[in-house]
Formats: sequence, C-alpha cells, structure tokens
Amino acid sequence: MSTTIEPTVRVETARRQPMPPRERLETIFHVEGLDAIYSGKTAVKGVTMEIYKNLVTAIIGPSGCGKSTYIRCFNRMNDLIPGFTQTGTIRYHGEDICGSNVDPVAVRRNIGMVFQRPNPFPKSIHDNVAWGLKVLGMKDNLDERVERALTRAALWDEVKDRLKASALSLSGGQQQRLCIARAIAVEPDVVLMDEPASALDPIATQAIEQLMHDLKSEYTFVIVTHNMQQAARVADMTAFFSISQGEEGRRWGELIEYDATERIFTAPSDKRTEDYVTGRFG
Amino acid sequence: MTTLDLTEATRRPFTGRRVRFGDVSLQVVAGTAAAAATVLVGLIVWKVIDGARPAIAHYGIAFVTRIAWNPVLGHEVYGAGSFLFGTAITSLFALLLAAPLAMGIALFLSELSPRWLRAPVTALVETLAAVPSVVIGLWGILVLGPALRTHIESWLHSGLGFIPLFGTPSPAGASIFTAIIVLTIMILPIVSSISRELFLGVPHELKEGALALGTTRWEMVKGVVFPYSRGGIAAALILGLGRALGEAIAVTQVIGGGVFIHWSIFDGGDTLASKIAASYQGSSTNLQTASLVYLALILLVFSLAANLSAQLIVRRVARKHGITRGGHA
Amino acid sequence: MSAQGLTGPGIRIDRLPRRRRVNRMMELLAWIAAAIAIAILAIVVYSVARRGASELNLNLLTKDPIPFSFGNQPQGLANAFVGTLVIVGVAIVMALPVGILVAIYLNEFAPASIRNSVSMVLDILNGVPAIVIGIFVYGLVVVGHGQSALAGSFALACLMLPLVARATMEVLALVPNSLREAGLGLGIPRWRTTLSIVLPQTVGGIVTGTVLAVARVAGETAPLLFTTSFVGTQTHWDPHHALQSVPVAIFELSESADPQDHARAWAAALVLLIFILVASLGARWLATRSRAKMLAR
Repeated sequence: MSTTIEPTVRVETARRQPMPPRERLETIFHVEGLDAIYSGKTAVKGVTMEIYKNLVTAIIGPSGCGKSTYIRCFNRMNDLIPGFTQTGTIRYHGEDICGSNVDPVAVRRNIGMVFQRPNPFPKSIHDNVAWGLKVLGMKDNLDERVERALTRAALWDEVKDRLKASALSLSGGQQQRLCIARAIAVEPDVVLMDEPASALDPIATQAIEQLMHDLKSEYTFVIVTHNMQQAARVADMTAFFSISQGEEGRRWGELIEYDATERIFTAPSDKRTEDYVTGRFG
Repeated sequence: MTTLDLTEATRRPFTGRRVRFGDVSLQVVAGTAAAAATVLVGLIVWKVIDGARPAIAHYGIAFVTRIAWNPVLGHEVYGAGSFLFGTAITSLFALLLAAPLAMGIALFLSELSPRWLRAPVTALVETLAAVPSVVIGLWGILVLGPALRTHIESWLHSGLGFIPLFGTPSPAGASIFTAIIVLTIMILPIVSSISRELFLGVPHELKEGALALGTTRWEMVKGVVFPYSRGGIAAALILGLGRALGEAIAVTQVIGGGVFIHWSIFDGGDTLASKIAASYQGSSTNLQTASLVYLALILLVFSLAANLSAQLIVRRVARKHGITRGGHA
Repeated sequence: MSAQGLTGPGIRIDRLPRRRRVNRMMELLAWIAAAIAIAILAIVVYSVARRGASELNLNLLTKDPIPFSFGNQPQGLANAFVGTLVIVGVAIVMALPVGILVAIYLNEFAPASIRNSVSMVLDILNGVPAIVIGIFVYGLVVVGHGQSALAGSFALACLMLPLVARATMEVLALVPNSLREAGLGLGIPRWRTTLSIVLPQTVGGIVTGTVLAVARVAGETAPLLFTTSFVGTQTHWDPHHALQSVPVAIFELSESADPQDHARAWAAALVLLIFILVASLGARWLATRSRAKMLAR
C-alpha cells in the first residue's frame, strides 16, 4: 500500500509550511453521506469527509465528477437551482447547514465563494468591494477595509488610482482578483473557490495561489481545481473525486480518496487515484 | 458508367438579364410599402399641424399656457393651459402610483413566485392590457367612480379636507382622482411587463455573486438587479407615461370635464386627450376646430418626445448589453 | 426560515434579524402588488360579466337600437356589431398586405441602416395616440368627404400596421437562412423564393399577429369618434356610409343617464370583452405552440 509512484506532478513540500499533526487539526466541516441530486439525477453520491480549519483543501478529479456541485453544497448555492435536492448532512462547526432552522443567508455570510468566471458587479472597483461591507453592516473604516481587501488580493497597486472606474474595465485576471477581494472583505470564515484560476493567465493564477498561502491562517480555503499541479502547489489536503457508473448508464461522482496532498500524489491508496495523478486517465 | 446529363445546364444560360424583373418588382413593391409607412408618419405630423394652423395663426404659442376654453360665439377664446395641467397631473400621479406596483409585480414574477404560478400570473397581467379603454371607462363611470366617492373621497375629505387637495367629492365620482386611478390601471401592464423582462435578463452570475456574500434577496435586488436594469426601467416608465398621455376615452368617461384648474383632485377637469374626445360631436366654428387640432398637436409633440426618448434609451441599453435586431438582407 | 442555528466560534449574525425582517416585508409587498393586479382584472371582468349577462340576449345582436323608446320594444345594437365587422374587416384588408410587404422589405432586402430607421418609424407610428390618428384621418378624409366607415377603417389600419409588420418581421427572422439558400441554390429567383418558400413558413405567425392586432383595434374608440360616429340607428353594410361600431356605441351609452342604456352598454362590453380575450389568449397560445415547433425544427 505504501509503494511510491511516479506522479506527473511534483509536490513542492519544500516551499510550504508543513501541516500540523492530525491531532491538532480542528474540523470545520463534517460531511456525512452527502448525495446531491438534480431533478432526480444523482450528481454526487455518498460523500463522507472532514474539512479542517485553516488549511487549503483541494478537490480534484476529471470533468463531470460533480466537483462544482459538491462545493456549492457548502454554501447552499444549489438552493437557487430549481429541482435540486440533497440528502445526508454537512455540519459546520457541528451544526447542520441545511437544518430547518438555518437561514441560508447566515450560511453564506460565513462561507464565501469565488466563482469560476469573474462576476464583478456593474459598479466601480471601490463599490464592488464596499457594497457587501455596507449591506452587511461593516461600514466603519470602510475605505481602509476596501484597501486591505484589495491589497490582500494583490490588486491594490494596480487599481489604487482608479477606484472609481468601472469594474468592467479591468482585465479578466484583475476582475477575478476583485471578486476575491470582495469575498474576503466581508471576513467570512471559509472561502470556497470553484476553479478560480481556470480562466486566468499564469501570473494571475500565481497571485491567487500566493494569496491562499498567505491568508490560510485567517481563513479556511476549499478549492475546486482541474489542475493537478495547482493542487499540489497550494493544497494541504486533497480530495479526489471520480465518476462511477451504475446500471442503465447512470453516472455519478464519488469521493475516491481524501488525504494529505503528498500522499495523494506520491502514495495514493486507491488505484483510481493513482491512475489519475499519473496521467493514465482523466 | 453513367454520364452526367449536362444538356439542361447548358441549355439554361449563365449570362442573361442580370437583374430579374420579378426580383425588382418585389423589391420595388415592398420598398414602396416601407416608404409609405414612413410617409404616413410624416403625413400625420403635417396634417395635424395643418389642421391647427388657423389656431396657431390666431393665438401663437400663447395658446399653450392660456387657461380658457369658451366656445360661446362672441366670446370665443381657446387655450390649452388647463388641459396641459390636467394631463400633467393625471399622467404624473398615475405613473407615481403605477411604478412601485409595476416593480412589485415584476419582482414577484421574476424572483419570488413559484414556478407554476409564473405563467398564469404573467398571462393575467397581460390580459389587463387587452381590456379596451372604453370598457375600463364604462366600469370607471358606473362602478369605480361611485365606489371611490363613497369610500375614499368622502373619507379623505372628512379627515383631511382642510388640505385644498381634498375638496368636496363630486356627486357621481367623476373626478381627476378617478381618472388617476383609471390611468394607473391602464399603464400598469406595460410598465410591469417590460420590467419583468428586464429583471429576468439580469445575468444569473451577478445575482449569485451578490447572494454568495450573505445578502438577503431584497438586498441583492436593490444592489444588483435594479442598478443593472436602470436604463430599461427608465424606458418602461417613459413608455407608461406616453400611454397615459395619450389615453383619451377612459379618461374622458371618468374625469368629469371642466375648464378651470382646481386645487381639489376630487373636482372634474380635462386632459388634452380627453378634451379632444369630449368634443367629437362637432364644433361650432372653424376656430374651435382648429383649436382642438392644436390640442392634438401639443399632445402629439409630447407623445413623440416620450416615444423617442424611450427608444433612445432602449437602443443604448441594447447596445450596452450586446443585443442587436435581426434581418437577412 | 427564522434563525436559530449557526452559533459557534467565528460565526457572525450582524443585524441579521432586522435585515431578514426588511426582506420579508419587501417580499410581502411584491406578493401584494401581484395580488392587486389580479384583483383589478378580476373585479373588472366580474363587473362586466355580471352586469352584462343579465342583458345579454340575441336581440342585442339582431335588433337595431330604437331611440326614445320607453323600454318595451326589443332593441339591441345590431347596427354596431355589423358596423364593427365591416370597419375592422376593411381595416384588415388595408393593413395586412402593406404590413407584410413592409416586413418583407425590411427583412429580406433592406440594408441594416434602412431597416433600423424604418423600424424606428414603425415604433413611432405605434406610439401615436389613437385620438391623434383620429384627428389625422378627420383632417385628411372627413373634412372633404364626410364621415364613412372607410375613414374609420383607415384610422384603424394605421394602428394595425406596426403590429402586423412587427409580427411578420419576427417570424420572417425565424425562418432559417438555409431555406433561402436552398431556394436560390436551386436557381429559383429571389422573388419566387421569398414568396413561395419563405413566406408560407410565416403564415402561422402572420395569422397570430393579425389576430392580436384585430383584438387590439376592435376595442378602439378614439379613432372612430371623428371618422364614423354620426350614425343612424339602422344597420348598414356599405362602408361608404358612416357606420356605428361597438366601442363607440358603448362609449355613447355609458355617457347617457338612462339605466337601460347602461345595461345595454354592459352587455355590449361583455361581448366585446369575450371576443377580445378569446382572440388574444387564443393567438398567444397558438404563437407559443408554433414558435416551439419552429425552434424544434
């Protein structure tokens, strides 16, 4: 089981901080038997895992394995999709986020999200960040908060002279960093990222990865990525999802293996994981 | 081995008349129709100006502000002032009442309503637009007017009668107030259906982006949906205003008639359109007829202004969001 | 969805109860707005139905009005129903061909600039108030030649033209270009392709558009007031005469003081409303069906 393999990806252990030992990890999400179903068709089945605080957790896997669907369960964004149902539980600090007495607005307040394609509001750069702060009642030191968020998103220097300009005048990479600034400005507990760099150039991608690394101590990151190298660079824990087939041609996504990133890439337990990370499929 | 029979192809010459008679004919005939439509609009403007000419010559631009309308021979004097005022009051107040209602309906249909309710309610609101104005006016005279008078006008007058706005209710309920309510009902469908389409057109990612920050739905609507649709809503309101300006029949049935401007909205009055409609049975003199057409001219100018500004806004918004009109030429 | 859950370290609630209340109130207001709109429609339709049904009988459609009667002889509004039939019929004959031709020109031949300008002109025409159209036709035709149903028809045709043209343009645009290319590729001249291949595809949409335009103008009073309102009580079919029409009849009856007149006005309004609603809803239903068919192709 502990045979090491030749991954296509090199895990850069040298540059990153080592993960704290298992005993000192604090669970922030406890997922139990989660099924995600769109209008009767199961997209993701039977996921059980724990996500730990102040780590970067990556979710990797081939396209179509339900990674986006899965991550959207964490902040109840799938509620917006008609015909969506969910069974099983996701416990956030011990509380079921789909409980009948839980307001999705409160969930999303604490669990923020950055989407695959940048979606800045049709407002100025400043207002994109400031709007959420104002609505959520964080109006004190507004300009400072805006500056801090933009700085952390590695965008401040590029926009500090044109905060009043429309956000739509920024490039794709800048818009995505603006969306990240917007998300972290309101100081959520967790930041979910659904393939945040898939539409970006390598430099912008690098900026985002650096950000996750720097902010890990304050936030918990869960990132979906189809880019194995990115997961290897950035994530402490990695979850590998893949597509399973059933009778009548039904397909759904399943969690295959979830472990520290190094193990996933150097000594995976499951053959399917090994096939994926060595590039034999996917 | 088969050979192609090329005799047919060779028999039909490649060169020949470059322009077919049939093609030209169709293009000319169809083009003439299009030209005719354009000419029609110009003709309308010209004919209305022409019909008003005697009054324009007689009164000049002072007509527009003069508050008078006396057809009595020997004392004839005409002016558009009070009708302009009536038009302004009724249209603006109707817009004021209809706008929030229309926004509410549009929000309901685009954000809040359960899926199965959406289509039926949309159809019902559009049906309201299909009811002819004479039927709304009939209902207005015989049902709405008396009801408003009994329940709302008396109550407002007894309670707030010291405000000149709420004077003595008119006996049958025919008043500016009733006309405002009727106009509100008539412009509600058009403003709400345009707004509904606008709200439905807001990109889903923008709405998700707002909700993902932990805002409530109303906060998302206020922060993203409304600003995004701002231009279109302005156009919808202007179109509603244009509709209100031009409504002659229902208004003339319920407004009670009157030449002078009163403070009380429970008194009668007239708008430009309603005055024209009320005078259909004929005028005694050429000057009176020309003055009526002068009223129509003023109304036309305002309608065109509203229509053109709405169109301008729509084109600008469409360009911003990358929509263009089709065609296969 | 009230809020207990989600307590714990790092969890913030931030004035959420108050924001939730505001959200609730706004949602309620939106529901109320929709309810008001439906209520208004319901009240109007109910009023017309209740008051009109009692007076609704065959006499309404078959007997002419009898002026100054004391309510005993059977009378109706036959002249108005026949008149509307004639006026609207002639209006269709005036507007339909022109509307179709305009649409053909704009969609098949015109360069983009002309298409945009003429489209704008059509929108302007659509926005001219009906009463102004009435005055226009009055000045154009009635002043020299007196009132006639033809004049009324022309006024209604002016209102119908943009509606028919726009509806036809929409369905013409839906016809796939490949169809046109197929025709031209076979060597069929442009005019023939347009008329025999493209146009038949649009018949459904044109019919729908015309029905909707008819539903719209059948209830129009203002354009007829100045063009065909000085009428007698007898039923005529000749469009050269001024003919009574249902909307004008309702208008005049509504202003009368006689409750008998009101009763007949309600009945006529009921017939008019039924016709318009059936035509509008029917046309829309047909339109959604045929559009689905076209797009599925």
